[in-house]
Amino acid sequence: MADTGTAAARPPGPGHFVDDAPFDPGRSEPLGIGDERLYRASAFRLIWWKFKRHRLAMISAIVLAVMYAMLPFVEAIAPYGLTKRNGDFLYAPPQGIHLFHEGTLQRPFVYPYAFKFNMETFRRDYVVDRTRPQPIRFLCRGDGYHFLGLIEANVHLICPPEGGTMFLLGTDRLGRDLFSRILYGARISLTVGLVGIAVSFALGLFFGGLAGYLGGWVDNVIQRVIEILRSLPELPLWLALSAALPPNWSPLLVFFGITIILGLLDWPGLARAVRSKLLALREEDFVRAAELMGASRKRIIARHLIPNFMSHLIASATLSIPSMILGETALSFLGLGLRPPITSWGVLLNEAQNLAAVNLHPWLLFPIVPVVIVVLAFNFMGDGLRDAADPYH
Amino acid sequence: MILFLARRVLTMAVTLLVISALVFFIIKLPPGDFLTNQIAELRAQGEAASAAKAEFLIRQYGLDRPVWEQYLVWIGVWPGPQGFAGLLQGDWGWSFEYDKPVQLVVGDALWLTLLINLATVLFVHAVAIPIAIYSATRQYSLGDYVATLFGYLGLAIPNFLLALVLLFYVNRWFGVSIGGLYDPVYSNQPWNWDKVRSLLQHMIVPTLVIGLAGTAAMIRRMRANLLDELNKQYYVTAKAKGLPPTKALLKYPFRMSLNPFIADIGNLLPNLVSGSVLVSLVLNLPTVGPILLTALKSQDQFLAGFILMFVAVLTVVGMLVSDLLLAWLDPRIRLGGR
Repeated sequence: MADTGTAAARPPGPGHFVDDAPFDPGRSEPLGIGDERLYRASAFRLIWWKFKRHRLAMISAIVLAVMYAMLPFVEAIAPYGLTKRNGDFLYAPPQGIHLFHEGTLQRPFVYPYAFKFNMETFRRDYVVDRTRPQPIRFLCRGDGYHFLGLIEANVHLICPPEGGTMFLLGTDRLGRDLFSRILYGARISLTVGLVGIAVSFALGLFFGGLAGYLGGWVDNVIQRVIEILRSLPELPLWLALSAALPPNWSPLLVFFGITIILGLLDWPGLARAVRSKLLALREEDFVRAAELMGASRKRIIARHLIPNFMSHLIASATLSIPSMILGETALSFLGLGLRPPITSWGVLLNEAQNLAAVNLHPWLLFPIVPVVIVVLAFNFMGDGLRDAADPYH
Repeated sequence: MILFLARRVLTMAVTLLVISALVFFIIKLPPGDFLTNQIAELRAQGEAASAAKAEFLIRQYGLDRPVWEQYLVWIGVWPGPQGFAGLLQGDWGWSFEYDKPVQLVVGDALWLTLLINLATVLFVHAVAIPIAIYSATRQYSLGDYVATLFGYLGLAIPNFLLALVLLFYVNRWFGVSIGGLYDPVYSNQPWNWDKVRSLLQHMIVPTLVIGLAGTAAMIRRMRANLLDELNKQYYVTAKAKGLPPTKALLKYPFRMSLNPFIADIGNLLPNLVSGSVLVSLVLNLPTVGPILLTALKSQDQFLAGFILMFVAVLTVVGMLVSDLLLAWLDPRIRLGGR
């Protein structure tokens, strides 16, 4: 009190100013409407705001969402059935969709093929007939199928022209439409990653949680096991394990076997992340605060720890889905993974295994494009999630 | 240093022991084995003499004993029919499919596998370091974006397909023969200069393909490391004192960012070995990859087991080397005192 009195008594010198108004700490930083919204937002909302700003991750998330949303409706979208053979069109090259015929705009159409058997090379030479455009049809009746395995239907979103063909990406050695088969393959290829990551997630959470929570010798043992598993080359072990799958298993069982194998070798990375996160979070102030307020151990783990590292875990899980998809593709490509009649992108690529495919029928390599797109999308989305996972920093 | 080395080697030995048990278990997982199948086939044909021979082989290799005993005999700590003869004694077992000792079956393939992996590690470092330095010092430049794009593509394209396509175009444009590690002309010739040149030519595609994913990952990580270091004050100080930019860069932040880089060899190696197995299958390289695949398919247990062990040893020893390099490079790492 005496201090302020002398300050007020002193004549104000140049460059030295003391406001006479009473000091109000709340006034110096008034809360704006935006700030209020920020302070009250839940962690999930903050993550969402931060994720939205990462444009590439957002686009990737949309691409993936569209792809996964398509899976139940594959039969209706694909112009041909999965096993529909077109005996007259073996190894037919892709037919493009055109809009202009002789300079005039038309409804989307394709040019039909005619093939000649070349007696010198013993190959079918396909010649595009540019004189008669065949308009393609939308929402029409085609090969029958069971929608969702229950409802019988035969309506297709897009169909070949009346009496003509429409092989957007060409056909394979049995004359099956590659475009349709890629759509069907998406079902398997896109779920392999999810099932595999579920296995790996469960194992990682369990072992990582055990190591981080119990500590001591359990932690030591799990750490060593993780180190050993991480030092093993994955592919030879995948090969060995998939060779160990009994050959008399049904394709569906093989599918689950393969995904479990993929997940079995993937968990150490996640377990390590869980453990280090648990150890780090245990020391945080908010955990101490909760402890002081008398929260039980169970409540601390369930209410404070798990929500906090879950976002990180989901981010790192997203980042390891691509390696599973690539792993399945590689195994199937080598003939040790999934087998026909199950169709995945790797199984489709298996047909493009030789140099003849690259040379004569390069369109058989096309299934690689969706693989690359999905892998990149998961990578970008994972990056975005990882950046957004910690909204308070 | 010696204590550190001893401790590291001991851990490595334990790791290898666990791996060998794992490998043997996996090999034994499918029901039946090569010999049992063969005997059933021979019996069905009524060839008693051959069946007797196969049964002799079964006793010889202890296939009639419990699995744990077979395992111990295989690694060479349990007396088998010929006394101690297992991996530890340098007896790698018998390949039933080729009807030859495993040693003769794998032979040169071991060295070629080693060679390819070594070449790939060198390639990854030689390419990744300069590109990472470039894109970190010129962040958000065109070159940086190109490097990032290349990195993502390297991550996403399965290397076996890239191998196939590259092989095709290298053959079409440069006339290098397809598959194998040297021109078929040289297959029966002794090593001479032309053969070595042919070998080097044929190594280009495999090295590129196997190394691509690793290079991409390394560029990404090194760029991030270097960017962290470039923002630190000691670098600003070094520049402010008037050190030439190149020297300032190479002497301080570069050395710092190199550190996690070498530790990363541990992550890189298993991937490279996996990649080399896969790519060898596609390119038909005479490495252990194709041999492993056929051995696994026909349950040729000693052959498959040995190759899996070899591949594991390759990575584990590689990790040891990277640890030693790290300890040598970074004086802050205290040896033995951890």
